[in-house]
Amino acid sequence: MTVSDLVRRGVSVFDQLEVLLPLVNKPIQYVGGELNATLKDWDAVQVRWVLMYPDAYEVGAPNQGVQILYEVINERDDALAERTYAIWPDLEALMREANVPQFTVDGHRPVGDFDIFGLSFSTELGYTNMLSALSLANIPLLAADRDDSHPIVVAGGHAAFNPEPIADFIDAAVLGDGEEAVLLITDITRDWKQAGCPGGRAGLLFELAKTGVIYVPALYEVEYLEDGRIQRVTPTAPEVPWRVRKHTLMDLDSWPYPKQPLVPLAETVHERMSVEIFRGCTRGCRFCQAGMITRPVRERSITGIAAMVEDGLKKTGYEEVGLLSLSSADHSEIGDIARNLADRYEGSQTALSLPSTRVDAFNVDLANELSRNGRRSGLTFAPEGGSERMRKVINKQVTEEDLIRTVTTAYSAGWRQVKLYFMCGLPTETDEDVLQIAQLARDVIKAGREATGSRDIKCTVSIGGFVPKPHTPFQWAAQLDHETTDSRLAKLRDAIRSDRNYGKAIGIRYHDGKPGIVEGLLSRGDRRVGAVILAAWQDGARFDGWSEHFSYDRWMGAAQRAFAGQVVDVNWYTTRERMKTEVLPWDHLDSGLDSDWLWEDWQAALDEVAIDDCRWTPCFDCGVCDQMDTEIQVGPTGVTDLPMPKVPDHAPVAERNAQLPN
Amino acid sequence: MARQAPVRDVAPTVQRLRLRYAKRGRLRFSSHRDFQRALERALRRAEIPMAFSAGFSPHPKVSYANSAPTGVASEAEYVEIGVTERCDPGAVQAALDEALPPGLDIVEVVEAHTPDFVQRLEASIWQIELPGLGVTEVEVAAQKLMGQGEVTVERLTKNGVRSFDARGPVISLVVESGPECAILRAVVRHATPSVRPDDVLTALRQVADLVPPAPPKVTRLAQGPLDPDGATVGDPFTPDRAPLAAAKT
Repeated sequence: MTVSDLVRRGVSVFDQLEVLLPLVNKPIQYVGGELNATLKDWDAVQVRWVLMYPDAYEVGAPNQGVQILYEVINERDDALAERTYAIWPDLEALMREANVPQFTVDGHRPVGDFDIFGLSFSTELGYTNMLSALSLANIPLLAADRDDSHPIVVAGGHAAFNPEPIADFIDAAVLGDGEEAVLLITDITRDWKQAGCPGGRAGLLFELAKTGVIYVPALYEVEYLEDGRIQRVTPTAPEVPWRVRKHTLMDLDSWPYPKQPLVPLAETVHERMSVEIFRGCTRGCRFCQAGMITRPVRERSITGIAAMVEDGLKKTGYEEVGLLSLSSADHSEIGDIARNLADRYEGSQTALSLPSTRVDAFNVDLANELSRNGRRSGLTFAPEGGSERMRKVINKQVTEEDLIRTVTTAYSAGWRQVKLYFMCGLPTETDEDVLQIAQLARDVIKAGREATGSRDIKCTVSIGGFVPKPHTPFQWAAQLDHETTDSRLAKLRDAIRSDRNYGKAIGIRYHDGKPGIVEGLLSRGDRRVGAVILAAWQDGARFDGWSEHFSYDRWMGAAQRAFAGQVVDVNWYTTRERMKTEVLPWDHLDSGLDSDWLWEDWQAALDEVAIDDCRWTPCFDCGVCDQMDTEIQVGPTGVTDLPMPKVPDHAPVAERNAQLPN
Repeated sequence: MARQAPVRDVAPTVQRLRLRYAKRGRLRFSSHRDFQRALERALRRAEIPMAFSAGFSPHPKVSYANSAPTGVASEAEYVEIGVTERCDPGAVQAALDEALPPGLDIVEVVEAHTPDFVQRLEASIWQIELPGLGVTEVEVAAQKLMGQGEVTVERLTKNGVRSFDARGPVISLVVESGPECAILRAVVRHATPSVRPDDVLTALRQVADLVPPAPPKVTRLAQGPLDPDGATVGDPFTPDRAPLAAAKT
């Protein structure tokens, strides 16, 4: 029996934490107590999960993925799930001083006491926060150093489609939808524990790897060529599959989660309830990793959506509902959904929002419907590319006429501000392509002034730096260096500001190109990048998604030390174009997309050839449905009108007969 | 083209209700804004027929009185709401308490029959637990502070560092013994700027070098009209209860 067996596990550390809380900023984020949170008896279950969104509570708490998995696990009798979030440096310092471990916000139990530590990575910039959490939890940073007393560390989320840069720190990774995956992992872990933990930690990881849908990096060996490229990635045992498949959840109507959304006390980035109206997107924008890795499209039905909205509002009291997806205006029943919900909640002080950036008049009609009796402040459209040529390269099928027609409709309907999203640094891009953004913005203002006869028309241009991502046609592309990105943006800014007639009506927002280079290194990196992450974290890197905490120089210093004496460097990973024959670090991870199809789409991009959406044109063989045995699930269901809910005559707290004296 | 605020029928306020709530345990770390959001959502969940303001973005009619600082627990916080249908105060209390997370608890609801409620909140009783300090040393420090005519303290506010007298508004300081701590009970008159428990502690440090080895735990026990003789505060709901009592007899 080891010392750790003698110590009772799962005991709250709140008493130790409580004395530190008066000394830190926004202490409410660490105390939990959210409405609809679940706290289960530690000893009543066999499998205990701790789920982390590796960013601050205000960003992590509203995350839908974590909320869904939290509920799916907690609904089981044999398992529990609690949540933890990244801890700000002020409390981290106090916790280290007072020896308080990383804790969950539900039971304030030490993270190191759980069986499984699941992390959801929406972005690679959360990697250093994972290291902080492991270190605060007294879990060895390197998977190889862990023993049977430590949790199994599992990565999920979009960034887990290339978990190679964090391969040394995690025990396993899950690709794709998490609902069924967490149930599978729970089953395997429970059976393994019931059997007396055969083979210890390695035995459990082996069982997980054998399924073919859970990636255990330690069971794969990576060999390199002399020039730095990968030679091959090989499983180290015959039972371990050569490729690991992603998970795809079908029939969204039978998974109406979250059924009871969490309502945080602390202020968060999304002060609303979210209902996911469909998953996946086949628009085929070539830069978009989300659209590539979440195929095929699976819709929730109009009745399923209405039930989730009604039920969720009752349980949360939120005053706003967001209808979420990758492109919400594309739902096959969206017109009926918008009209029905707008009717149902008219006059109830409940706002409906549809985050959509689609450039067409129908999108404006939807926005009008949902803002019937509210304020019409701003609408957002995403042409993404400044020039017609650029939009063909990225497969964003929007013409300048489309955009002008759309904004004219919007301004005429009373919208006063239009926001336009673009990217800079796309493959084959020139200065001229980016300067076209200025021309487009001028045309937008001109159209708006003509449509309304008013000069009170505004347009904001928002520009993000493009980072090539794994499992997209641009995975082979060279990333633009940050100097050129910055100089192009400066030219664009000057072009807009120097315009006497329109300059004042156009706002411009952008960031410098440096953070994009670090994101690029982490996105397309291999296992050798792990040493850079560790060095940067040891040098103080935390909260890299926050500009006030991010330091480019710290990352470059860490890369220089970690890559010393090697043939690879930051440029090799970022600004280098890859050839078709190169083994990519994520080739053994199967998103369903056919590698040849991706390459053909990359060539089509260079030839400026567009490709249609398979929802309304024949299949173009991207490979996903065949490979994953899935299918497109879209409506319409034929239901166009929802029954109006019964409104009670009196509020439940009203006096039945007002006899009390006035 | 500036859009006009849509003209819509705004249901009139037919009744005003005064709520006393408590902020307990770990939820004492909620800020005033955190409570506002939680209350407005609870009002919706409990289906209280709230009155709304008119205009572009209507908001429910809720007035907040002076709230306890973040990190300070309270047994006596006050809020007034306006409703469009007459409600039974007891039913509102139960429904709202049920809809709020445990730790934000609705203690009592009365119908408003009198004006100038906020003016009635003249003073507070604060209970300050000082872990690791003995009764005697705190008593000595308290007497020293009460012996001063004026003690200027500084506090960082949104508008920079402010200096003000933290002694004048202190009506009384009583020290009791608690489990492994001394308990200081302070009756403090509400002034501008308000003297908060941490200002009293700053003053004690300045005049008597009293420094608690661990963060103190503070609870507001009461708010209400100041009884200058007894150095205590009364129940601010008393005048609202009076008409009811009168009607019943």
